Amino acid sequence: MNVKALLTLLFTLVAGSFSQAQSFAGLGEDADGFALPVLGDQFVFPEDHGPHPAFRIEWWYLTANLIGADGRDYGAQWTLFRSAREPRADATWQSPQTWMGHAALTTPEAHYAAERFARGGSGQAGAVASPFAAWIDDWEMSGSDTLGELRLTARAGGFAYDLTLDAQGPLVFHGQDGHSVKSAEGQASRYYSQPFYEVTGEIETLAGPMQVTGTAWLDREYSSQPLGRTQSGWDWFAFTFPDGHRLMAFELRDSQNADYQSGSWIAPDGRVTPLQPGDFEAEPNAWTDVDGRRIPTSWSFTYPAQGVDVELTAVNPNAWNDLVFAYWEGPFRFSGTHNGTGYLEMTGYE
Amino acid sequence: MHRAAFLALLSHWRRQPLQLIALLFGLAAATALWTGVQAINQEARSSYDAAASALGQGTEQRLTGEGPIPRETFIALRRAGWLVSPVVEGQVNGVTLLGVDPFTLPPMAASPNLQGDRLGAFLNNGLILANADTAPALAGYNVETAANIPDAQATMDVTTAWEVLGKTGFDYLVVTSPQPMGLPPLTEVAPGLTQVTEEAAGDIANLTRSFHLNLTAFGLLSFAVGLFIVHAAIGLAFEQRRSMFRTLRALGLPARNLTLLLAGETAVFALLAGALGVVLGYGVASMLLPGVAGTLRGLYGASVPGSLTLDLSWVLSGFAITFAGASVAAASSLWRVATLPILAPARPRAWAMASVRGRLLQAGAGALLLVISAVIIAQGEGLVAGFAMLGALLFGAALMLPFFLDLSLRAAAFVVRGVLGQWVVADTRQQVPGMSLALMALLLALAANIGVGTMVSSFRATFTGWLDQRLASELYLTAQTPAQAAALEALLDAEADATLPLRTAQARLVGAPAAILGVVDHVTYQQGWPLIEAAPDPWARMNAGEGAFINEQLWRRTGLAMGDRLELLPGWSLPIVGVYTDYGNPEGQAMVAQPELLARVPDLSPLRYAARVAPERVEDLRKAAEALGVPAGNILDQASVKRFSLDVFERTFLVTGALNVLTLGVAAIAILASLTTLASMRLPQLAPVWAMGLTRARLARLELLRAALFAALTFLFALPLGLAVAWMLLSVVNVQAFGWKLPMLAFPVEWLRLLALALLAALLAAALPAWRLGRMAPSRLLKVFADER
Amino acid sequence: MLLNVRNVSKSFPGEPPVEVLKGVSLDLRAGESLALTGESGSGKSTLLHIIGGLESADAGSVTLDGVELSGMKDADLADVRRRHIGVVFQQFNLIPSLNVHDNLIFHARLAGRQDNAWTNHMAGALGLTEMLRRYPEQLSGGQQQRVAIARALAGKPKLMLADEPTGNLDEDTGDRVMELMLALTAEAGTGLLMVTHSPARAGALDSQITLSHGRLS
Repeated sequence: MNVKALLTLLFTLVAGSFSQAQSFAGLGEDADGFALPVLGDQFVFPEDHGPHPAFRIEWWYLTANLIGADGRDYGAQWTLFRSAREPRADATWQSPQTWMGHAALTTPEAHYAAERFARGGSGQAGAVASPFAAWIDDWEMSGSDTLGELRLTARAGGFAYDLTLDAQGPLVFHGQDGHSVKSAEGQASRYYSQPFYEVTGEIETLAGPMQVTGTAWLDREYSSQPLGRTQSGWDWFAFTFPDGHRLMAFELRDSQNADYQSGSWIAPDGRVTPLQPGDFEAEPNAWTDVDGRRIPTSWSFTYPAQGVDVELTAVNPNAWNDLVFAYWEGPFRFSGTHNGTGYLEMTGYE
Repeated sequence: MHRAAFLALLSHWRRQPLQLIALLFGLAAATALWTGVQAINQEARSSYDAAASALGQGTEQRLTGEGPIPRETFIALRRAGWLVSPVVEGQVNGVTLLGVDPFTLPPMAASPNLQGDRLGAFLNNGLILANADTAPALAGYNVETAANIPDAQATMDVTTAWEVLGKTGFDYLVVTSPQPMGLPPLTEVAPGLTQVTEEAAGDIANLTRSFHLNLTAFGLLSFAVGLFIVHAAIGLAFEQRRSMFRTLRALGLPARNLTLLLAGETAVFALLAGALGVVLGYGVASMLLPGVAGTLRGLYGASVPGSLTLDLSWVLSGFAITFAGASVAAASSLWRVATLPILAPARPRAWAMASVRGRLLQAGAGALLLVISAVIIAQGEGLVAGFAMLGALLFGAALMLPFFLDLSLRAAAFVVRGVLGQWVVADTRQQVPGMSLALMALLLALAANIGVGTMVSSFRATFTGWLDQRLASELYLTAQTPAQAAALEALLDAEADATLPLRTAQARLVGAPAAILGVVDHVTYQQGWPLIEAAPDPWARMNAGEGAFINEQLWRRTGLAMGDRLELLPGWSLPIVGVYTDYGNPEGQAMVAQPELLARVPDLSPLRYAARVAPERVEDLRKAAEALGVPAGNILDQASVKRFSLDVFERTFLVTGALNVLTLGVAAIAILASLTTLASMRLPQLAPVWAMGLTRARLARLELLRAALFAALTFLFALPLGLAVAWMLLSVVNVQAFGWKLPMLAFPVEWLRLLALALLAALLAAALPAWRLGRMAPSRLLKVFADER
Repeated sequence: MLLNVRNVSKSFPGEPPVEVLKGVSLDLRAGESLALTGESGSGKSTLLHIIGGLESADAGSVTLDGVELSGMKDADLADVRRRHIGVVFQQFNLIPSLNVHDNLIFHARLAGRQDNAWTNHMAGALGLTEMLRRYPEQLSGGQQQRVAIARALAGKPKLMLADEPTGNLDEDTGDRVMELMLALTAEAGTGLLMVTHSPARAGALDSQITLSHGRLS
């Protein structure tokens, strides 16, 4: 258990086990020889679809809003995290790179989540840019070098899914050319997405298999010091509008300073309008007790610049990833000035 | 009315504080020993449960292959969805090294604790974790201590294990449970591997069951001893308050209410004593646990932590047993109060005296119990029967004790000359009924001491002799790699008088894990392995591969006879031609000719050798072996192996010794309690003698003498009883619990020591009442002649 | 003079202390008998205890046969009791664990002066011959007191102290025991100091004195 707890610590920077922030506070201040995102850097593809061992942390993060043959809402999550103890990679079992995978499946009644860990250098987990593949054990995301077409599989004790993804638009870069600022102090990451996937495939639970269709959103992000010292958690929203627009918005909650907001308004053709702090407002209006914590599972969200004023409701308020590092991640529906679906991630609730 | 009556009842204890202390302490001591033992058992049980999920000990699914499993096979299994975790296993300096992959290791009790900076060091800097006892054996490595690692085991990253052991692959893969849905079959992904079930943990629980039963029996014995005290104190207090009961009844308190009030009083005491007892019990358990852990480790290889966790369940069970005990002890007194005629006279002295008829009846019941015990010896089978037999013997003897004491004092009266001597004997005899409960407690404690002490000493003597015989080789060496083994074998062939390569294979014999020992044909074995049962010409047949020897444990457990065929490996069975003693080994074992074993299990590691060499050349050979790269810790001479074995042995019986002393202590308290409560009733015996010209100091000295006399007589009775207990332990209980039978040896010096201890305990217990008598105000003695009692 | 008591005082602790004896003096010749009477609480038992060395006086002196008892150590007092003084109390004089015979000879043997003829004579005179093997608890009160008297006199002590020896007995039994005691005391040549509250019993002795509020009157 303790091993897992510590591996979690390594990955906390990624997903933010913020209660333990003090124990790795040093990492937030100093990159320890790791590379830092520089404003003005340009992405180079397909290379940047692969791993960046010089950065401390990185992820391939896919969420899918699905509708089953039964007409009900489902959600799927597939995430591969990379974390480095030192800014180098080698192909030995002593590589300082480590990998963690999270897979989850949400139904209106149930939420399944599983995790995997692997050391770098062994081949058990990894990612390559071309031909594109990211995997841990038999969980795999692979496909074209443009990430335009992907196949996504995961399988655990009580669930499995096998999804085919087809992008309907270009990659989008957040912030300024992918330089996404995370705090007023200037911590930043390299951050791009493919938010335009259409999905077909099959999910399976103990109740049996189910054909699904829907949309999916891939986030790619890497960094070496993603959080400010006093930031205690985040709420991340991804909206899919029926007219083809997408909206990504996140709020980093801060224990001492003002919460930090950022995001992107994405047109159907991929044009990005970055959101500045204060551009949107997200207010919880219903809470659910999950695993002994109070989690906001219904929100009022307004983005006046685009006339967005909607109410978000979780498909399943209990979409709690009860893993070594636990957080809430699940699909939602929204209604109001606009109707649609999206994915919500909430970390740092204790 | 009830409040006033209750306060009146309680006022008795204010005037008799020592009696109150005896009552509370007796109950608390009984509870303490009982809960202490329970706490220990609980701790051990939960640690077995934890161990059941720990690496290398639990019921575990494993994938094994012919030889090492390549890294690629592990990766292929993972990429196919199989949740497996690799383990590298090896031996260094007698320590089992386990190389694990912390990323895939399923959660288990003995997982490495990698808090703080340890993970990086574990993965990259060769950090090895071992418990504090084991760590010194790995000097020279980057070792840190971790309490949760079992004894003689060390955990490290697979990469570290590869480097230390010179390996590149894995010895087995742990299969995590549950597995994902729809996995491809093993034959497709890794055709060379087979899935096996390891079941060591269940065996540990089974093996140690006898030990815990033993401990529980000791706890019960102590509890019974404690209850003697409580019964004495409560009974006397009831008798002393008869006139008060009479008054309360006369004032209109119904008998039922009086009984309820007294029951309430008992409950209050049980609550107080229970609290004290549980606290003391925690202390006892904390004190004993390291010893118990040592015993379990030494005897069974079971790992139990040396520190205690507080558990509500045994706290509650402690209170429950206190209440149960207090109820049992108070029941007869309560019954008498409930049925008491209002005007019954107070007769405290009559309470202390038992009728001759009662004494004979009691002795008869005791004799009956002894008969029952004998019947169980003849008919019974199994460990529980063994303990039932011991219980019947002990309690039967205890019931007969007053009769025996009376008889010996009557005999003494004929021998003793001198007016004072005769008076002391007569007076002592009169005290027997009042003291008998406490003396029974002493008897039980002494008999248990003699019995267990004789067993342990017999075992030690046998074990030491056996070690001398068994450890005939001068040097024991373990090579690290096959190449080193070859070089070492060449060296030994050239330099040593004889080389005895040792090969051991793990197997299941008659359904339980066991080892198969492959030995070469050498006279050392015939000298060092005495057979307690043999077919004709056993050694020649074994060496020729025509038969197998088995150890005593396996032989007794299975009931196999000479000539029966034993399946050693699938498809290989041999007739049994001999049985050898194998003390201290919890598992079954078989011995076969080494070429036969190697023909069937070719790849046997570790690579161990025993070497016969002239004593003066031991050092040279050791240096030569070290020059080959064999680590110094892998070269053990005869003396260190013996020292190690004896050390294990001593640790094994540490807890037994501690429990013995504790039980004796409780018996001493029982004597103190009885003497104290009897002291005031004894004044009529003493006052006339004082008036006729004996000083109080002299009387006090005679009281001490009397206590010593009691202790000595009780010891006299305890000696044959203890030897009977020892015989039962050695010939019945040990065979059931451990699987070996031992010869019984006599240790008169130990008996003398115990006699001295018993006298000391009795004198200490009598010291306070005697001191009080020595300083008693004459007016109290004079009152005897005037008081209406 | 067998016994000289001079100015003996004794207080028991209390608030204020209870003065039991306030300077009492008396004499007793060898072989004489003296009755000490007085009301309950007048201090007569305490005086008897002090003379017998069972309790100590606060002030004054007690001389037995020329030996000064006051200020003696416990062991020496016990020695005097053993050799020279016989005691009979109101009740519970006997050793419960010894039979009548052993009780009878106990004191004499302690004093090292066992005289079988004399003991047998007394047993006969007191009517105890039939009950020598019995235990005290099997005897009546009168029988017990007779054993106590015989035991006290078995060693022919110089002084016998008796504290209400018939106090627990009925009238007739008391008379009989009294008679025997006086006869045997005289026969043994033992001085007798007897505490009694009964004027009739006191009258049977050579002389009598009365204690009142701690003083002789």
